[in-house]
Amino acid sequence: MTVINKPFVIDGVEFQSRLIVGTGKYASFEENKQAVIASGAECITVAVRRVNILDHASENLLDYIDPKIYKILPNTAGCYTADEAIRTARLARAAGITNWVKLEVIGDTKTLLPDNEATLEATRVLVKEGFVVFPYVSDDPIMAKKLQDAGAAVVMPLAAPIGSWLGIRNPYNIQLILEAVSIPVIVDAGVGTASDAAMAMELGCDGVLMNTAIAGAKNPILMAEAMNNGVKAGRMAYLAGRMPRKRYAQASSPIEGMIE
Amino acid sequence: MQIEVNSVKKEVLPGTSIERLLARLNIVPQRVAVEINLTVIDRNQFNQVFLKEGDRVEIINFVGGGGR
Repeated sequence: MTVINKPFVIDGVEFQSRLIVGTGKYASFEENKQAVIASGAECITVAVRRVNILDHASENLLDYIDPKIYKILPNTAGCYTADEAIRTARLARAAGITNWVKLEVIGDTKTLLPDNEATLEATRVLVKEGFVVFPYVSDDPIMAKKLQDAGAAVVMPLAAPIGSWLGIRNPYNIQLILEAVSIPVIVDAGVGTASDAAMAMELGCDGVLMNTAIAGAKNPILMAEAMNNGVKAGRMAYLAGRMPRKRYAQASSPIEGMIE
Repeated sequence: MQIEVNSVKKEVLPGTSIERLLARLNIVPQRVAVEINLTVIDRNQFNQVFLKEGDRVEIINFVGGGGR
């Protein structure tokens, strides 16, 4: 049986996989590469940092994650102001691989929650400069709509605070975001395990982004495969259409023809 | 003359281009981006932009990270 599976397209690029993975906290480039392969992800996010000019490594991440094979999504992780994030995005684009940017403007060090106001401001500037902007934002449907109006390519609401691995804390807000915008909704941050990823997809999200849920697992490569399957299972369940929740039981066997 | 590269003080000859600076630092120009005094330099201009005394140079690349 065939179901209508809307293709996952961002800026004209069609992805088979709805999972986007990060590249932080791996034991080695090789482990990172193997995890990426197991995850099935085709879009990979990377951080922008200074080259260590005193002792720079001979190997580079992109020797392992080939930009000809994968779509590279530079991020502004670690930025606390719109200006810092804009500057980082411009440098990322100048590296000559892509004009895509995962925009993160963090509000404070304690919660690592996004500064939505600064994120919106930076989105407006970067869209005007021709960037394809992926803003990381609170699970707030009003802000999601404003980001869409500002020209964001997708919107990336958090499931839970960064590094909390609590899974989706407010599925109702995620659903409201899905109703509020027509651009892809990608859950970012707070996903802990495969069922969290599945839940995001069951809600109807277009994709899920994660890093440490995979990199920090005891067996990152096995977890990458679990996430790959979790995202697929969740998408299929969404397309299949679940039974509504009810408070009382309903027999699945016929009640006629019982022996007497 | 003195410049700063990623906050490290460096002595370079007047008239040094970005291309030369990168070569001196053993940095392959592919996949890095360069900013001088907060202005991003087009990578096609690396051999045409020359450093001046006191310039603050940032050289960045992509590393593992981000995404949660």
